Amino acid sequence: MRTFLTVFFKELLDNIRDRRTLASALIMGPIFGPVMFAVIINLSIDRALDDAESVMELPVIGQENAPNLMRFLESRNIDIVAGPADAGGAAEAVKSGLHDVVLVVPENFGEQLADTIPARVELYSDEANSQGEKEERRARRALRAYNQQLAGIRLSARGVNPLLLRPINIDEVDVSTPSGRSAMLLGMMSYFFIFALLMGGMYLAIDTTAGERERGSLEPLLSLPVTRGQLILGKIMATCVFMAASLILSLLSFYVVLEFMPLEQLGMTPNFGLAVVAAAFFLLLPFILLGASLMTLVASFTKSYKEAQTWLSVVLIAPTLPILVVSILTLRPKLEFMFVPSLSQHLILVDMVKNEPLNGLHIAISVCSTLVFGAILTWICARLYQREGLLG
Amino acid sequence: MIKVDGIHKSFGKVRALRGVSFDAPDGKITGLLGPNGAGKSTTLRVLYTVLKPDVGSASIDGADVVTDSLSARQKIGALPHGAGLYPHLTARENIAYYANLCGIDKSEVDDRVAAIIRLLEIEEFSDRRTKGFSQGQRTKVSLARALVHDPQNVILDEPTNGLDVMATRSLRRLILKLKDAGRCILFSSHVMQEVAALCDDICIIASGQVAIDGSVDSIRERTGQDDLEEAFVAAIQMVGGE
Repeated sequence: MRTFLTVFFKELLDNIRDRRTLASALIMGPIFGPVMFAVIINLSIDRALDDAESVMELPVIGQENAPNLMRFLESRNIDIVAGPADAGGAAEAVKSGLHDVVLVVPENFGEQLADTIPARVELYSDEANSQGEKEERRARRALRAYNQQLAGIRLSARGVNPLLLRPINIDEVDVSTPSGRSAMLLGMMSYFFIFALLMGGMYLAIDTTAGERERGSLEPLLSLPVTRGQLILGKIMATCVFMAASLILSLLSFYVVLEFMPLEQLGMTPNFGLAVVAAAFFLLLPFILLGASLMTLVASFTKSYKEAQTWLSVVLIAPTLPILVVSILTLRPKLEFMFVPSLSQHLILVDMVKNEPLNGLHIAISVCSTLVFGAILTWICARLYQREGLLG
Repeated sequence: MIKVDGIHKSFGKVRALRGVSFDAPDGKITGLLGPNGAGKSTTLRVLYTVLKPDVGSASIDGADVVTDSLSARQKIGALPHGAGLYPHLTARENIAYYANLCGIDKSEVDDRVAAIIRLLEIEEFSDRRTKGFSQGQRTKVSLARALVHDPQNVILDEPTNGLDVMATRSLRRLILKLKDAGRCILFSSHVMQEVAALCDDICIIASGQVAIDGSVDSIRERTGQDDLEEAFVAAIQMVGGE
């Protein structure tokens, strides 16, 4: 026990004095997530405000051929501007990205309209350009509305009720709660927490294995009258403490960021008060042991500090994989998912943020299975610490 | 008292040790001498229990290095080749860390650390962080932490490597002090003169085998060479055929 505590406190002291470790544990991990989150949210708010009827410019070729259409478009907050010289130029301009969308009104538009044969207009857009998609959709919506208006007028002129053309009236009712809507964006939060807690222990995991070997301090350490199991346990526990500190800071910085973000503008009210912060901490706590032993295990196979860094950056990404798969397939939380570490924490956390009732069994399975995985990996670490190859 | 009895050790296809046997008695300095790659470090690593011999056995004051490795380690202070310190800890903290790991009574740790710092004459830089220490300073601190639990047997792997004349001389004085205190000292070197100047017994290793061992005089006698360097070369050639 004394050996364990001696190693534990020495590793804490040693790493608290190491600026790089401190920076990654207490600054990089906890700050990276919230900052990135704030940027993304701000972008989405900008976009959302964009959608609300702002003025859009639409280059049109042959404006003089359809004066009524032009007036209609202007009434929908669309500014008509002069387009390229001809249809060929329009295609070029859209292809090159000069314009997102160009409308061409042929000379015989008026004639065709008068003859009540479908009057042709051309709408140039680039389907591969996702940026222009919004403008194109708006132009098309406006044209369709004009189309419907004309159809209605024609029917009325012939004494037919225009409502005949609308056998069905679609009313869209969105049942997602404000908290529920937040969950989509806030779903990525759980990964930021896992990222932060892994970052917090990354340098310790490297230092206690590859680093100690590279420095030449491992061999004298192993020649001391102590058992190696106690050494590795002390090191893993010190790693856990740094990871826990990193996680707490990350949770708190998210809490602060969410307080100041204008999320109501996006119709979101995430349930992320201090009580949820505390609950999230205890939910993620078992993942710390798993992360610490996993990183120590991976680092112990590497030959040098550099190599360990490379491999551990892969470990940082690994927990996203199950989250990504479930997000893409939009699967609902299921019992068997709770056996998968990182995924179970993610799903439960999303429910917490959505303010949905929590499933006690799910939480119990998540905590237990993650702890069991962590204990197994720790045991493997201790076993590997016994081998001669450890000295490299 | 260190006993080595016919140890073999291979790393893959490389046969590093092919039956090394010798004794290092208490109150004497035993030098393990040999060219680079002869198997000196491997032998010492077996003795401080980080490697296990494939065949043969070794013991420290009767404690087998394989079956009773914990108590074997309790009886030795080891200075591995190129031993590193923790750069963010001071010299004193580095030494205290080892003192605690060796199980020295908590109330005594500070006194013991202070005593070993005095003994090795490193007071001047003992409270500085070891980052940026010179090779000589590093070796002295490494030695201090290896000796802090007052081991009966001291194993030093090429301790004078990279040391200047003054540092080498003070290290020599320290080794002689340990000898006078009745300790068993085993140290390796590839420098003939150093071994000759310090050791009571010499064990010359070449190609993973003991070429010759005994007192300095008996080696001169058995190789028929008056000059020790010539004796060294002659001894190595005895096994060099392989």
